[in-house]
Amino acid sequence: MDDMKQVILTYVKNEYLDDDEEQIDFNTPLISGGIVDSFSMVSLKRFLENKYKISIPDDKATPEAFDSVNKICTLVQSFLN
Amino acid sequence: MAYSDKVRGVYQTTLKGIQDAGLFKQERFICSQQAADIEVEFPAGSPHKRVINMCANNYLGLSSHPEVIKAAHEGLDTRGYGMSSVRFICGTQDIHRELEEKITKFLGTEATILFPSCMDANAGVFEAVLTKDDVMIADRLVHASLIDGIRLCSAAQDTFKHANMEHLEEKLQLHADKRVKMVITDGVFSMDGDTAPLDEMVALCEKYDAMLLVDESHASGFIGKTGRGTHEKCGVVGKIDIITTTFGKALGGASGGCVSGRRELVEMCRQRARPYLFSNTIAPVVVSGVLKVLEILSRSTERRDKLERNTTYWRKGLSEAGFVLKEGDTPIVPVMLFNAKLSQDFSRDLYEEGVYAMGFFFPVVPQGQARIRTQVSAGHEIFHLDKALEAFIKVGKKHNILGKAKQEIIEMVGA
Repeated sequence: MDDMKQVILTYVKNEYLDDDEEQIDFNTPLISGGIVDSFSMVSLKRFLENKYKISIPDDKATPEAFDSVNKICTLVQSFLN
Repeated sequence: MAYSDKVRGVYQTTLKGIQDAGLFKQERFICSQQAADIEVEFPAGSPHKRVINMCANNYLGLSSHPEVIKAAHEGLDTRGYGMSSVRFICGTQDIHRELEEKITKFLGTEATILFPSCMDANAGVFEAVLTKDDVMIADRLVHASLIDGIRLCSAAQDTFKHANMEHLEEKLQLHADKRVKMVITDGVFSMDGDTAPLDEMVALCEKYDAMLLVDESHASGFIGKTGRGTHEKCGVVGKIDIITTTFGKALGGASGGCVSGRRELVEMCRQRARPYLFSNTIAPVVVSGVLKVLEILSRSTERRDKLERNTTYWRKGLSEAGFVLKEGDTPIVPVMLFNAKLSQDFSRDLYEEGVYAMGFFFPVVPQGQARIRTQVSAGHEIFHLDKALEAFIKVGKKHNILGKAKQEIIEMVGA
């Protein structure tokens, strides 16, 4: 789980932050905090599906479920289980 | 009546929230023709004040050009005022066809369809040509009207970092399995005034079999050697699949827009784009004005050349005075202040000094990047620009920001 958190955090930093100095952690609000816009969620969903060999239905890929690295990990875990 | 006190209260609370956040927009009333210097009533009820206009999209100074006004009068006399119909019933005149043909030639495309505005063109184009099997990959700083059009379309949505070609390539690889991939960008970005690297984007689109859509609203008429737009500047005329643009800025500034590009895509818009199908097109008087604008631009490049010289003069003046500018070479010249309140105070003080220029801050621009966006026009004479520079310097001194770098300004006033 910790490894997964780190992988997703690194992806989010590379994908969505332009400024290296900007700090985010596992609980930083990504969507409600304006870091990831709803358009850009599709690449995050695709990344998770490819990386963890899962399929996340659109109705589960909600802004709420994607709003922090911790929440994303919980979602991914539910499909892995 | 269902507009009860309770319902009224909902909206009063929302409006108060907008006011409390400092985001409440107020119109300033212009009591003259649109031009380099205008008469303004602001706040409402105040005596008229003559100010230099540094915030119009009147890049070529054609909004009140005598030839354009005369042509509009003639159009009104010969083709009437309104059409009272959508295009495909009985709302198409010969001059609509003529304007579509002339725009096609001007932009170097295959075909063109007019829309009531470029906002409508952008709202309608995506759902007309894409399906749920396709993907739209947009630059993260594209104009709000493109974002709205993307939202209305069933194709998958994705973005790439602003003007970052490596990131775009990753996205094209990620979505390789889609039926159609469409890359979406502004030609010139309206808030920063920078230009999309269309030559590199065309190369990537060719490599990954993707289409390219470019919104040229802040470019048509003056970017490129003969003012055709960003595709001319980047040497890719004929290689952009869809151009959307407006007649509400440099091209006369009245209203109207279009989708111009591959023949089949334009035809799809004619069959399926809802803002085209369900609203009247551009009024004859405006069509006549835009036709004259195109004729003026085809005669000589004098106006875009003057705009280029004015832009260089304005940038140099501001830069030498010690302002922090966003780099670029377009007539959109953002003076960076970084702090939202400072941008509003600065704009108010400029107005006192006889210069009309607006401050922009979050959420219109990213947090910590508040600015005064200035826009140069071919309608400006050097004495206008000198007077505006004088005002900027006076206000800059008042706020103690001249010669200060970004970090120093932020340390002084906060971001």
